[in-house]
Amino acid sequence: MTQLADLAQALASGAIRMVDLTHRLDPDFPVIILPPEFGQCARFRMEEVSAYDHRGPAWKWHNISMSEHTGTHFDAPSHWISGRDVAHGAVDEIPLQAFVGPVVVIDCSEGAAADDDFELTVAEIQSWEAEHGPIPEDAWVLMRTDWSKRRGAAYLNMQDDGPHSPGPDPEAMRYLVEHRNIRGFGTETVGTDAGQGMHYVPPYPAHFILHGAGKYGLQCLNNLDQLPATGAMLIAAPLKIKGGTGSPLRVLALVEETA
Amino acid sequence: MSDSRAAGGQAVDQNGGGISRPQQSYEGVALVAPTSIPYQRYSIETAHWWIARALGTALRTAGMKPAELDGFSVSSFTLFPDTAVGLTQHLGLTPRWLDHIPMGGASGVISLRKAARAVQAGDADIVACVAGDTNHIDSFRSLLSSFSRFAMDASYPYGYGGPNANFALLTDRYMHEYGATREDFGRICVAQRHNALNNPGAVMKKPLTLEQYLDARPIADPIALFDCVMPCAGAEAFLVMTVEEAQRRNLPFATISGAIERHNAHASDPIQLRGGWTIDIDDLWSQAGCAPADIDLLQTYDDYPVISMMQIEDLGFCAKGTAAQFVRDHDLTVTGDFPHNTSGGQLSGGQAGAAGGFIGLVEAIRQVTGQAGPTQVAGASRAMVSGFGMINYDRGVCSSAAILQGGQA
Amino acid sequence: MSTPLQPPPKKNPQNRTLSPTRPPEARSRAALGLTAAAAEGRFALQVCAACGSVQYPPRDACSTCLSVNLPWRDIDPHGDLLAETTVRTSTNLYFRERAPWRLGSVKLNAGPVILCHVHGDVAPRSPVRLINRLDRAGQGVLFALPLDRSPNMEDDPQLRALTSDPKHRRVLITEGRSDLAPVLAKALVTAGASTIFVGVSETWRPNPQQQALSEIAQVEILPLDVTDASSTRELAGEIGGKVDILINTARFIRPGSALTRADTAFAQQEMDVNYLGLMRLAQSFGPGMCARTADGVNAATAWVNILSAHALMPAPGFGSFSASQAAALSLSQSLRGEFRGAGLRLMNVFTGPTEDDWHQPLPPPKVLPRGLARSIVAGLHDGLEDVYCGDVAQDLIARMRRDPKVLEREMTMGAADGL
Repeated sequence: MTQLADLAQALASGAIRMVDLTHRLDPDFPVIILPPEFGQCARFRMEEVSAYDHRGPAWKWHNISMSEHTGTHFDAPSHWISGRDVAHGAVDEIPLQAFVGPVVVIDCSEGAAADDDFELTVAEIQSWEAEHGPIPEDAWVLMRTDWSKRRGAAYLNMQDDGPHSPGPDPEAMRYLVEHRNIRGFGTETVGTDAGQGMHYVPPYPAHFILHGAGKYGLQCLNNLDQLPATGAMLIAAPLKIKGGTGSPLRVLALVEETA
Repeated sequence: MSDSRAAGGQAVDQNGGGISRPQQSYEGVALVAPTSIPYQRYSIETAHWWIARALGTALRTAGMKPAELDGFSVSSFTLFPDTAVGLTQHLGLTPRWLDHIPMGGASGVISLRKAARAVQAGDADIVACVAGDTNHIDSFRSLLSSFSRFAMDASYPYGYGGPNANFALLTDRYMHEYGATREDFGRICVAQRHNALNNPGAVMKKPLTLEQYLDARPIADPIALFDCVMPCAGAEAFLVMTVEEAQRRNLPFATISGAIERHNAHASDPIQLRGGWTIDIDDLWSQAGCAPADIDLLQTYDDYPVISMMQIEDLGFCAKGTAAQFVRDHDLTVTGDFPHNTSGGQLSGGQAGAAGGFIGLVEAIRQVTGQAGPTQVAGASRAMVSGFGMINYDRGVCSSAAILQGGQA
Repeated sequence: MSTPLQPPPKKNPQNRTLSPTRPPEARSRAALGLTAAAAEGRFALQVCAACGSVQYPPRDACSTCLSVNLPWRDIDPHGDLLAETTVRTSTNLYFRERAPWRLGSVKLNAGPVILCHVHGDVAPRSPVRLINRLDRAGQGVLFALPLDRSPNMEDDPQLRALTSDPKHRRVLITEGRSDLAPVLAKALVTAGASTIFVGVSETWRPNPQQQALSEIAQVEILPLDVTDASSTRELAGEIGGKVDILINTARFIRPGSALTRADTAFAQQEMDVNYLGLMRLAQSFGPGMCARTADGVNAATAWVNILSAHALMPAPGFGSFSASQAAALSLSQSLRGEFRGAGLRLMNVFTGPTEDDWHQPLPPPKVLPRGLARSIVAGLHDGLEDVYCGDVAQDLIARMRRDPKVLEREMTMGAADGL
């Protein structure tokens, strides 16, 4: 097993750098907001069970609660109606191989800084490919917007007509899924879709197209600015929730230093 | 308030509708062995201890052993959880007649009335009437908090002034109605202090001037420090037997010329300016066959001086509303023309709980039997004693009075 | 006139905060009728059903005819002050610390003689009007007022000890997202409150009341989410020692009952906000407020819950929400018992359907924020425990008192048609 020994050596020496793409699970971290008559995404909550006291003298622990889609989280195909009949569509059924794999990053931070409703289009993708080569099959594609640096109300950016945040348009999603057969798509925003994604046809195209094709989603990612455009390895293993449609998780990237 | 102004000596409507049969006399009954155990401001002992000392002293005076006693009547606030029943076993008594009189300041005369009837009827040969209470550091507060249901519901939540506040209200109204002044109340207190200085058992040992009285710390306006009794520990006792028995034992004795009691009188008076005595006082004088002028000394129940004034009026020594003038016109000391509360009363002797209902009666027995020593009124042969007790809500509910005479040994 | 109450100086940090003491709490069961009336601010005494004579102190039998049927009835509160005293020393710590204390003996026109607290503006031996209020032990007590309003009369120290007057006090409104928040904040400012802390949950979402709240100079907006124990603890850590009145306006409501919903998700949110939210607030703010009930002019004084009147009997179409309200009511009642040891008052304001999104399909009458704010401030002024705001709430409690079972059937008749 020299490859793993080499990997351990590289991690220890810093030749391979680990990047944490995860936000803290924090009660005050935004979640997606739906019209109030719909059921809502549960916020992360933590209740102390004991803290070395009369409730448990030598130990401290908490009960936590949240949605499958709270914080930095993974979307399984069964999350969306288009993916409800996909084989192995729930988090506990997804093959292990899907949890570790190559990742490319499309930097849209400039566009997103200029336009809250910035759209990732086929043209944008093709322009990226012109520079970095075609997106490899079965790779994770992450859309960097630097949205993770936003705080408070600026993150959801909720207005009277709904949230405004960048995301892919339907054609871009079809391109990635149908022409590049990607493994999944990830964003820094609260969803894989744009804040105004309900107004596309189909509504929420990232969810609809990705999951209908058995692909995965990652959202609320952090530190995408620390990843190279290509060549990194993503580790994203959701909790093994029976029939789960998604899961909060720790997302890591391995980056080879080019020193 | 007009009806109360006209009240003195008048039996009124709703109070039992008058007496249908004449009360029988107390003839043949003797009161002996008047006993007072010197009071203490605070005591670490129990009520049982104080009662045992008073009972023991009275029995020794009469030359009796506890086992010979066949009647026992006790008054106490601090016996809890015991009653008279617990005391029989505690003190080794086997009485065939037993009574418990929870009537505070009225209990002395009421205990006497019941014991006298028991002796007359032969239900008991000798009854010991004993009152005693202890006073621990916190016991006055605890006593207040469990005094009565009406007090708990409707009196204590309002400033928790205890009896001070109740009597302040009566005093305020009395002063307004009748023009009594603080100086008038002060005269009663100063005279009693004078008397107390001759009583070695009294708690108060220092002289009191009218100026000191008037300058005292206010407690509950218009009541100030020297209008209030000092709660303390102590006990009082006397024995009731037949005159023949007293003579056989060669004991000085007093006899009962008459005695009355009344409860919850004048309930429709909006504020208490008279007591239950007014209903029964004419009957008392007729039982005794004498008049106020025949009385050599008066022992009133004096938890506050306004109550002594009310008794001086309601017992017939002066008209309603004129007691202030009466105390201005008379010398209330032992050597004065109207000897009153000759041992210093509670105001200067201290209030030993239920013993406060006995202090005047025991002193009166001493007086009419010539045993009062340093507080003896010269030539005293007839005394009047009155009791008043139990502020259940806004007023004292129980009243009692008796006239005693010295017997022929 | 009463001496106008001055704003309290800044607290001397070297002095120990006075420990709460209470007037005597013990009462007979009969006397608790006075407490029940005081909880709603009514002046009521026992009136003999047989002979009509008015009784006081409370009894188990009529002192005129021995009837044992003595219902409590609202009666004429006027009478004459016969006598008075000022108690300057008491063996009870509460009164000892607050001496001198004025009390008097009042002959009511209706008959009985009443020992009562007396307002400083009542002239000796003058006509008075009695009111029935809860004292710091949480028991009903009678208080004599002058017939006419006198200047600053609510500042009389004996009267203020009975009420939860917002004057010079600091108030926390726990949820600043509802349209009640700015209206209530304004009403409290008008009533003399010095600071209004307004908790706002999820500051990452826009707050429609932000503008209205920020226009009120006395308002301080702070993050607070009653569903998050760390949030309630953190805010209590910051301002817990300055909250004199807490008004819990947090509410989660959705239509539906067990069978009209397919899951328990909304029910959980209802319980999380309406029931557990109250518990989290109580655990975070309760101990600090209880420790400050004797802390001078702006001592902690009241805890207010806004509950649906359907906490008492479920509303058709809102079965799940009503259950969460019933749970909150039950908790508030035991909380009231826990607070009472410190003299902290708990007031529940029961409201009928409010004018909002969730009651939009319901016919009027509905309670407007203005009316609710008015009821809350009035309840604080009178130191009440139970306030029924609006026609629906008053109708519901009246019918509930008549016959709870009949009301249950009335409320649910026709419900099955909706399925």
